[in-house]
Amino acid sequence: MLILECPYCGVKAEETELSPGYEAHLKRFGPGSSDTEFEDYMFARKNPKGVHFERWRHVYGCGKWFLAARDTATLEVFGTYAAQSSAPPAALQDKIKAKRPDWKGYK
Amino acid sequence: MKRYSVFAIAKEALSHHMGWERAWASPLPKKSYDVIIVGAGGHGLATAFYLGKNYGITNVAVIEKGWLGGGNTGRNTTIIRSNYLQDPSAAIYEKARSLYETMSQDLNYNVMFSPRGLLMLAQTHHEIRGYQRTAHANALQGVSTEWISPQRVKELVPIISLDGPRYPVLGALYQARGGTARHDAVAWGYARACSAMGMDIIQQCEVTGVTSEGGAVTGVNTSKGFIGCKKLGVVVAGHSGQVADMAGFRLPVEAVALQALVSEPIKPCMDVVVMANTVHGYMSQSDKGEMVIGGGTDGFNNFTQRGSFHHIEETLRALIETFPMISRLKMLRQWGGIVDMTGDRSPIISKTPLGNCFINCGWGTGGFKAIPGSGWAMAELVAKGEPGPLAEAFNMWRFKEGQFIDESVAAGVAH
Repeated sequence: MLILECPYCGVKAEETELSPGYEAHLKRFGPGSSDTEFEDYMFARKNPKGVHFERWRHVYGCGKWFLAARDTATLEVFGTYAAQSSAPPAALQDKIKAKRPDWKGYK
Repeated sequence: MKRYSVFAIAKEALSHHMGWERAWASPLPKKSYDVIIVGAGGHGLATAFYLGKNYGITNVAVIEKGWLGGGNTGRNTTIIRSNYLQDPSAAIYEKARSLYETMSQDLNYNVMFSPRGLLMLAQTHHEIRGYQRTAHANALQGVSTEWISPQRVKELVPIISLDGPRYPVLGALYQARGGTARHDAVAWGYARACSAMGMDIIQQCEVTGVTSEGGAVTGVNTSKGFIGCKKLGVVVAGHSGQVADMAGFRLPVEAVALQALVSEPIKPCMDVVVMANTVHGYMSQSDKGEMVIGGGTDGFNNFTQRGSFHHIEETLRALIETFPMISRLKMLRQWGGIVDMTGDRSPIISKTPLGNCFINCGWGTGGFKAIPGSGWAMAELVAKGEPGPLAEAFNMWRFKEGQFIDESVAAGVAH
């Protein structure tokens, strides 16, 4: 059972209290973008077997969206951070790098 | 290949059944093949089988990182049906269902296909309209389904409770020739037939890289060394994105866990497959007497082949209302499979940016029922280099063009 700490209210919530929202940090494309850019935004996903940055919502708690780093191959949660981040915090990236030396890094 | 028959059993009995040959060979890989299929699950083996049977291409290797049929082929709830709304889906699933009818004879291997009938319960007024529409669409597509009343549902499934407090049974979409088959036997039967045609099935052989030159695949690096090929077929379900990544292209696929569970065995009580899509659970009874139960997927990317416990609880809670008698059953075991979900929840059988590389993936929660049809269509694509009528609509560029096959759900259930 996944347990994630909501970065807003500080509650360590297990997954029935949360709602998953798939890949984080998607670059949005809209009118004026090319077909490929729009397709990538809508459908192409990294879907890594390993370190994954993703969105979650503390739906039965404070109700807010936040972001999390998690290993899809082991279900280990590395950490959570605010949804207003354009990239994972440096400290979190360092922590992941220490635990997963093979990780190719964010992006 | 020695044929299996009643006479073979009698003959082998004389030597205490010690003379049976291995069902398929386990050779070392050759240097190169005309076609390499990555993935020895049902879809991969079916692709190889129809490459040989329909197109005479037998210099084929099927390579598998684990063991044969050890992925989703051995992890599903064995349901076979073709009651889909959209024409391309109905066509390929009906092709698959019709091939299941004669599969035991075609493969000389008993896959225990049991066309016991399949019900999709309507438990809201919205579902009544939806399923009646599907029944009409199926009539136009040549798929035999019908809309039936709650009384008829009760006749077919005596253990059902029609007037559940939250979701009464208001009718059902009935496909009389839907049913189940023995999932392992499907993989084993295809493997045996492929091996008999001279194909190499190489297990414990993980693909670690795809080599290409000038926009064409030249071979694959594996844990058993480099193997060259003229054409490559990627049929790896949950790990499609990983293999595509090795080949240098991306797929609109995300991997999530889907769970199933079985109860302790009980006496025969239900001889049809019942799906309850509003509450999201489905159930059939295996020949051993276990109630085979499936539910929904988890909502997050997952490669661990195990799912969240609360989904089991949700599935059982939902089914207990419709089948009160199962509340006393103990559940024996539970497991998960990694399913590859696409944006429109329909599969991909497609050419790729690499000219001689073809991909078959995205079957999501509805893969087992499609195995023979998927293999049939994929074999045509690999052999001819162009998709035939069954595969055409399932190309991977439909996401760019907006030509979705909007089942919205490969399993016909709400995800």
